[in-house]
Amino acid sequence: MNRKWLATPYLIWMVIFIVVPLLMILYYAFTAKDVNGTRLTFEHLMKSFDSKYMVALGKSFLYAFISTVICLILAYPLALILVKYNKGGSAMLFIFILPMWMNFLLRTYAWLSLLETNNGLVNTILRTLHLPTIDIIGTPKAIILGMVYNFLPFMVLPIYNALAKIDKSIMEAAYDLGANDFQRLLKVTIPLSMPGVMSGITMVFMPAVTTFVIPNLLGSGKVNLIGNIIEQQFLVTYDWGFGAALSLVLMIIILISMAIMRRNEEDMEGGAGLW
Amino acid sequence: MVKRGIEKIYLGLIMIFLYAPILTLMVFSFNNSKSRAKWGGFTLKWYKNMLHDPEISKSLYYTLLIALLASIIATIIGTLAAIGIHVMKKKTKTVVLNATYLPVLNADIVTGIAFMLFFVAIGLKLGFASMLIAHITFNIPYVILNILPKLSSLNKFTYEAALDLGAHPMQAIWKVIIPEIMPNIITGFLLAFTLSLDDFVISYFTTGGGVTNLSITVYTMTRRGIKPEINAVSTVLFLSILILLLIINKRSERNVKKMGGANI
Repeated sequence: MNRKWLATPYLIWMVIFIVVPLLMILYYAFTAKDVNGTRLTFEHLMKSFDSKYMVALGKSFLYAFISTVICLILAYPLALILVKYNKGGSAMLFIFILPMWMNFLLRTYAWLSLLETNNGLVNTILRTLHLPTIDIIGTPKAIILGMVYNFLPFMVLPIYNALAKIDKSIMEAAYDLGANDFQRLLKVTIPLSMPGVMSGITMVFMPAVTTFVIPNLLGSGKVNLIGNIIEQQFLVTYDWGFGAALSLVLMIIILISMAIMRRNEEDMEGGAGLW
Repeated sequence: MVKRGIEKIYLGLIMIFLYAPILTLMVFSFNNSKSRAKWGGFTLKWYKNMLHDPEISKSLYYTLLIALLASIIATIIGTLAAIGIHVMKKKTKTVVLNATYLPVLNADIVTGIAFMLFFVAIGLKLGFASMLIAHITFNIPYVILNILPKLSSLNKFTYEAALDLGAHPMQAIWKVIIPEIMPNIITGFLLAFTLSLDDFVISYFTTGGGVTNLSITVYTMTRRGIKPEINAVSTVLFLSILILLLIINKRSERNVKKMGGANI
């Protein structure tokens, strides 16, 4: 008996529960049901290019982009410091990526409860100090804050891993050749950590583009991102064909950006680039 | 010296940013007043209410049951799959691995919707079974990806030696390979359990008929207005995930020490 047959249950499972469901999205996106039965159609796809939805898509990309940039700016120095302090164990790193494992909804809910205009802790403290209160729940600011908060650890982890892998002797060589701290950072550390940065960008940007929980909770449903519109098609308006078409568009954009990012990190490590 | 100080301050600020919201939730779960800003004295009543709230206790039951079942089944299927994939030809291996990465890389919302459409198409009523299948499916890749690196680092001759000494392939796998990869199987299982415990988006689209998990309950509760019981739920959930992670971390650290690196 060949050992490779042991993978058979998984392969069957994979085809039925991974491949077929994805094909179902295609099916719903390109068919419509009417009295004459099911027919092929492009109307759902055309509708998703409607300006209303393109604006939502654009907004999702804009907010996700801003959040990714903020995460990068916050995470890079953090990872640099952590690598420097972290000669022995990984306890420090653990502290900074632990929140990643806390329930996503609860993390978001925590900010909702902190930032509430009238009863939130932040505003209560500001009021006792006689400072102006902040009122950002329901605005893009709150959504971006939520994204940065939720996804920051996803940026820290890969950058940290890339930085930790840099060979000390390269840094020493640069030093011996007369590079100062700043030059070393610019010419050695940053280029060598690029694969980690790329992974981090993917791991923050992807979930940020598709989230519907953050805009629903922190945006009080006033800001509609693409994730919200997809969710509404399935659970509110029941326009499954259109929802499937939107998911398809989103999935294709994600896979293309993934492929582009992957090309950049190809010389890293084949399949496991993201982790 | 100044630089070190600035670095420490930076670490401190980020730590406050990351933990202040969570800690506030935890502190206010013991607050006697319903307010989320004023301290009204210490109480455990929200924890008591939480246990007596039928909605919360039911979703806690489903969360644990589904996490347990899904991670056990995913671990069995995933372990067998990893052993099989490991000996596949390079080309087949690449195809299978890429398909395995698909649910890991794809957006949760797309995966969730794909499942939902699929279950509706095959006529499976959305509820316990559909949510369980979805959880098993998104757990399997993590089990496989946890075991594969370990398999490549094994000495392949021990397996062949077992065969030469007259062991049936099944016996050789059971007595030689499985014990060697056991630590990774357990880590994979714990990871799957944690992910399952934590999932919201995929569960949200694949459940129905009153079957909910804690994430979904929190979501519906926040939309109806915030209840102090949620703070208690948060605290319990956070502490259980923390304990699980500490166990996983301890285990993989031990593996790394034993193996000299090469862990995911």
